Amino acid sequence: MTTPLLEIEDLYAGVDGKEIIKGFNLTINAGEIHALMGPNGAGKSTLSNILCGKPGYHVTSGCVRFKGHDLLKLSAEERAREGLFLSMQYPVEIPGVPITSFLKHAVNAIRKHRGEPELDTMEFIKMVREEGKKLGLDAEMIKRAVNVGFSGGEKKRLETLQMSVLQPVLAILDEADSGLDIDALRVVAEGVNALHTSDNALLVITHYQRLLNYIVPDFVHIYADGRIVKTGGKELALELEQKGYAEFIKEGL
Amino acid sequence: MEKERENNIKIVDESGDKYKYGFVTEIEADTVAAGLNADVIRQISKKKNEPEWLLEWRLKAFEFWCGMKEPSWAKLKYDKIDYQSLSYYSAPKQKVAPKSLAEVDKDLLDTYEKLGIPLKEQEVLAGVVAVDAVFDSVSVATTYRAKLAEQGVIFCSISEAVREHPDLVQKYLGSVVPYTDNFFACLNSAVFTDGSFVYIPKGVKCPMELSTYFRINAKNTGQFERTLIIADDDSYVSYLEGCTAPQRDENQLHAAIVEIVVLNNAEVKYSTVQNWYPGDKDGKGGVYNFVTKRAACRGENSKVSWTQVETGSAVTWKYPSCVLQGNNSSGEFYSVAITNNRQQADTGTKMIHIGKNTTSKIISKGISAGFSNQTYRGLVRVAPGADHARNYTQCDSLLIGTTCGSHTVPYIENRNKTAQLEHEATTSKISDEQLFYCRSRGIGEEEAVSLIVNGFCKEVMQHLPMEFAIEAAKLINISLEGSVG
Repeated sequence: MTTPLLEIEDLYAGVDGKEIIKGFNLTINAGEIHALMGPNGAGKSTLSNILCGKPGYHVTSGCVRFKGHDLLKLSAEERAREGLFLSMQYPVEIPGVPITSFLKHAVNAIRKHRGEPELDTMEFIKMVREEGKKLGLDAEMIKRAVNVGFSGGEKKRLETLQMSVLQPVLAILDEADSGLDIDALRVVAEGVNALHTSDNALLVITHYQRLLNYIVPDFVHIYADGRIVKTGGKELALELEQKGYAEFIKEGL
Repeated sequence: MEKERENNIKIVDESGDKYKYGFVTEIEADTVAAGLNADVIRQISKKKNEPEWLLEWRLKAFEFWCGMKEPSWAKLKYDKIDYQSLSYYSAPKQKVAPKSLAEVDKDLLDTYEKLGIPLKEQEVLAGVVAVDAVFDSVSVATTYRAKLAEQGVIFCSISEAVREHPDLVQKYLGSVVPYTDNFFACLNSAVFTDGSFVYIPKGVKCPMELSTYFRINAKNTGQFERTLIIADDDSYVSYLEGCTAPQRDENQLHAAIVEIVVLNNAEVKYSTVQNWYPGDKDGKGGVYNFVTKRAACRGENSKVSWTQVETGSAVTWKYPSCVLQGNNSSGEFYSVAITNNRQQADTGTKMIHIGKNTTSKIISKGISAGFSNQTYRGLVRVAPGADHARNYTQCDSLLIGTTCGSHTVPYIENRNKTAQLEHEATTSKISDEQLFYCRSRGIGEEEAVSLIVNGFCKEVMQHLPMEFAIEAAKLINISLEGSVG
């Protein structure tokens, strides 16, 4: 049996001394798409931040393995270099740093970690331009500073562009659909789908079913009060849309 | 023989310090005994074979200096300088005055090679730069002089200019920064030893970038260089200045003057990468850098732009300024100042609007880390006759960590109703969100900081000539090493 990409076992964790994740379990194998759905304030972003190593969060107990190794002892950058990616809900602006040079630093850090040579700048820029074009980010946009003056939709496209350039093994999409209109949603979803193969996996965090029409999950988990209360197939998301969270949460508790 | 030379250039940066220019060149030097009085000044003047008028001028400056007090208004704390304990002249001994580069002492050439400064003309660089190399108190070599002379451009040491072009020197020396200007400028006027001289004749666009590279080597010696640049009508020159010093536990004094005269329709672009030894992480040693730089835009439509990247020195006191006398003249000041550990910098600019329709622009970026302290101090003055003068000032400060300080002191004096003055200032910290964003993409923390800082400085860096910009970006990264985590 192959090692799962991600195994979370009985995780208790939180921020500012407050326990937010309480007994969370999840296993993700290569080739799978998981959707994690939950109401506002359920702790979805806390989970993604903890998985990606954002400073300021604490883990009380439980363990997280990534490709069979303890993920929690790695720094944020080491996790990224190992192939973990977080498409952020609120990407931050970095004034004066062009997207291409930001991405080049990222790609080269990852390549160095893998013992691969650095990329040729010209080829790299060409590649970023082509990937950007697919996501509706033109060459002018790519010359701009990271997220500076970008609309909500543009930021999400840029997150997807980064994902396509960095080629992660496990990508966590945190509210990848927020702030997107229908057309942009389709573009982002198509971009994500194009990257999905049998060797990688996706964890899609959302509170609307809408995105899952485009990125079709193998598993849907309902998340409430710091843990998964119900797991099902893609039809669970539709059921949830009809009944609302309250009913499921009652059932699960 | 080769080996012997290797040994002469001692590497003293074994302490693991990051200042890679901290080595000392062991070379026999002709040094005047420590102390400052009229006799010392006569001695220096004599060593340099100076004409009487210059000695007189030096002595007048010295007399004036004796009645002056060291300024204390800057936000700087440093041990009192004992001006009598310093030596005011130190020159590497050379048997004969070198007539060409081939005759320059090999140890000196090696020193500059180690510093990455090309003194060999045959070295073809991406962009050719002519270099005047100043080592302690004297200029040791000036390259490409013949080629420049073809177009009438004079590029030589100021000592040589005093001998060869006395009319020009006498006419302009002290005309922008008179010896009465300030304490350090006055001291410099009394004891200055060398520096660069540039004259660009009417209508000439200088065919290559000119550069002076200052090196303090000798111990307990002050460096007082003086640069004079004259851009005649319709001319253009881009001038670069670099500086380094050995790593020593004692503080070294550097009090320089740069004077620039810009005539009708002429333009001067002056770029500095200042990398004097900043002292160690506890603030021991380092250069005290007290510099007066000023450009007089005397002609109509004349233009000057100062671009500086300040990473070095223990203490920096420096305000490159523009006196906009000619109608329609313009001045620009682009500055990046980085302080780390115990460094202190009080730096900024003065824009003095005198002529009509004069414009000025100030972009200042200050980055403080460690226990350092930094002040932007700027003055924009509009004289009564300066109709329609315009200034735009932007001062941004970036703090790294919680133990450094950043201060902004802008002065505005407007005496003309038609002037338009704008001032913007921001202070920010590198946010945890920005750092995490970079790290979540695989970029290590130090690399992330340098990426963010370089982004912050971009507006200024893009005004530097290409090769200089690359060097400056590297310096910024080195200066900030160890500032996070």
